[in-house]
Amino acid sequence: MSRIKIFSLVNVLMLSLFFAKAAFCQTELTMWWHAAGEPAQMALVQELVDEFNASQSEWKVVITAFPQIAYNDAVVAAGLAGTLPDIIDIDGPILPNWAWAGYIQPLDIDESLIANYLPGPKGVWDGKLYGIGMWDAAIALVTRQSYLEELELRTPTLEEPWDAKEFQQALDAAKNSGKFDYALDLGMAWTGEWYPYAFSPFLQSFGGDIVNRSNYQTAEGALNGEEALAFGEWWQNLFTGGYAQAMQDGADRDIGFTTGKYAFTWNGNWAALGILEAYDDTIFLPAPDLGYGSKIGAASWQLSISSTSKHPDGANAFINFALQPHNLARFSEGTGLIPATAVAAELTNNYRAGGPMEVFFELSDSQGMLRPVTPGYPVMAKVFEKALADIANGADVADTLDAAVDEINANIQQNKGYGHK
Amino acid sequence: MPPTTNLTTSNSEGWTMISPGFGLIVFFIVLPFLSAIILSFTNQRLISPNPTEYVGLANYKQLLSVGVLTLDPKRNSNGAVVRDKNGALKYPRLRNFTRNNPQYPHIKGMRELFSWNVGDNQRTYILARDVVFIKAVINTLLFVLIVAPGQGGLALCLALLINQKLRGINIYRAIYFMPVVVSIVVVSLLWRFIYDYESGLLNNLLSSLTFGAFESVNWIGDTDFALGSIIVMSIWQAVGFHMVIWLSGLQTIPPSLYEAARIEGASKWQTFRYVTWPGLRNTAILVFVVITMQAFALFTQIDVMTNGGPLDSTQSIVFQAVERGYGKQDISGGSAISVLLFVMVLCISLLQRWLTQGRS
Repeated sequence: MSRIKIFSLVNVLMLSLFFAKAAFCQTELTMWWHAAGEPAQMALVQELVDEFNASQSEWKVVITAFPQIAYNDAVVAAGLAGTLPDIIDIDGPILPNWAWAGYIQPLDIDESLIANYLPGPKGVWDGKLYGIGMWDAAIALVTRQSYLEELELRTPTLEEPWDAKEFQQALDAAKNSGKFDYALDLGMAWTGEWYPYAFSPFLQSFGGDIVNRSNYQTAEGALNGEEALAFGEWWQNLFTGGYAQAMQDGADRDIGFTTGKYAFTWNGNWAALGILEAYDDTIFLPAPDLGYGSKIGAASWQLSISSTSKHPDGANAFINFALQPHNLARFSEGTGLIPATAVAAELTNNYRAGGPMEVFFELSDSQGMLRPVTPGYPVMAKVFEKALADIANGADVADTLDAAVDEINANIQQNKGYGHK
Repeated sequence: MPPTTNLTTSNSEGWTMISPGFGLIVFFIVLPFLSAIILSFTNQRLISPNPTEYVGLANYKQLLSVGVLTLDPKRNSNGAVVRDKNGALKYPRLRNFTRNNPQYPHIKGMRELFSWNVGDNQRTYILARDVVFIKAVINTLLFVLIVAPGQGGLALCLALLINQKLRGINIYRAIYFMPVVVSIVVVSLLWRFIYDYESGLLNNLLSSLTFGAFESVNWIGDTDFALGSIIVMSIWQAVGFHMVIWLSGLQTIPPSLYEAARIEGASKWQTFRYVTWPGLRNTAILVFVVITMQAFALFTQIDVMTNGGPLDSTQSIVFQAVERGYGKQDISGGSAISVLLFVMVLCISLLQRWLTQGRS
């Protein structure tokens, strides 16, 4: 090694020591994030953290990333062991469960930042704000303008969506045209949270629900009442009638619509960019109104602070920093997700007035419906998923929904009502 | 003075040396097992602010309660039985009796497990409070009953085939053993592709072998085939492991016995029946006990390939224990299932022990 090289190496070492010293003054905040293996999102989070760390001298956020599939397990295990980080991100519908269990604490957020927020990204339990999302997600019935014209179907609008009859006519037209393997791609390949997220809005549009939301103490009547039975029969007919597959492989879900297998696909806005690339006449239709209005699921991942955090003030400072409109906009631009406020939406290319995905912002704002806001949700989600899979596979509708109600009710009782007042 | 052994007297070095291993076993196997027994009598949740309470046998009652109900067919106003368009008798819906019916408190919330006709018209229903669990038990027993002889027998055949002095025989040994080394999760994922309904390898292969006459089967999506498909794949996956154990047993049999048999003019079957099989007795006990225990622990294949579906046709006991304990945050229910599984495996192991000891 030449002398110059050694000299420059020493220089670098000294310089880095100098910068490290600056960093030593900052108190470290640990943060867990669910998106390991998704480079686009991780890069955005890292950028946000770096900017926050550079913007002030008191706090230094350090990220640990987990793959989504193992994330909830890791948090629950850490919660049981009492080793949660300061900041965690949580999937919206699970938030009441963790808040009830005492894993997270209420946030201290500048009201002006969340004044005109979409309803979905706010994680509220027991009247307090426990989590706040930087974005929301929305689902639409995706198809092509050319398909609608070919099948001679009216183009539905937010004000005037298809009703149940029109939706059935659309499915029949697609099926009878013989052009498609199946009329509708529901995404049956995506097991897990997709089922309650994507399909319980159909049930709600029929007038039923997973649980009676007046006090969250019973599912009787909500999940097995007349409306729910009508939903169940309708749901089963989608499969027995040959409109959709009860069992789908993942590849069909990913590329089936863009290779012409399906006429319609029930899909989230995160898939929209890819579909827009495949077909330039892609259109996003609102959910059909099956009797009680068009409904779609709301709430995505949210930021919150663990109850064991020693520095909630620092964690709150970071979350307030993250919620600034330009940060929301940047996340949306990078991931295709819906920015949580209209101000931020105007800063993006996709969601600003006239942008190609503007409709999703309106969908989320006007039709977004939270999944049951109760600590019992994780169990309800599992029960609901199994009931829908069984009905799709031909199980008796009334018996299956009864069994689901019994299981949900037994669980609520075992948990002494989950703390609802 | 009572007799003492080296184990108990002045053997501190021995105890010191086994203490790490012994400690690990106590910490990771004995203690969790004891806590499972204790938790199964409580209402412990995975995460909950509510205090844990003793609930007695409630978890076991929930899992094991069964009931019987006999129903008369529906009759119209003239008293004649009603038949549907296929001529089958129509019966009132069970939910009229099992839900919100104060006259039938003993079957409240139960569901049909199976039913059959008795006499001319009446139909008897066997009801269970936890149909999914009972189905899981039935599926697991069926799985064990087929996999234990199937896998053990196939492994023995493979061991006999590769127990020869041929050139390159090690290549075959390696090939048969390879699935054992690959993670079961990976194997399950691969078989999911193989079994795929529309573009799977198996359907394509059968279709091209029969020049298109074979109609695609939804191997893991059809209630008639799902469990069978899992069984075939499971036998294939672990057969290599048991083959190696059989092989080690085969190689302990002295060649002189085979030579003697050949001199006596024994046929191939006679050699196997009177020389090889008796020499494998202890190996056979080991192989079948291990397979039985592994088969009872059926979980990963279900978790990766079917999630217990379609229509509960592939539910298994361990899958239900995990699904409840972790997925549904019901640690006490999951513990109760684990304890029941332990009792079942213990009974079968004792039975096997008694059978094998009885012969000698």
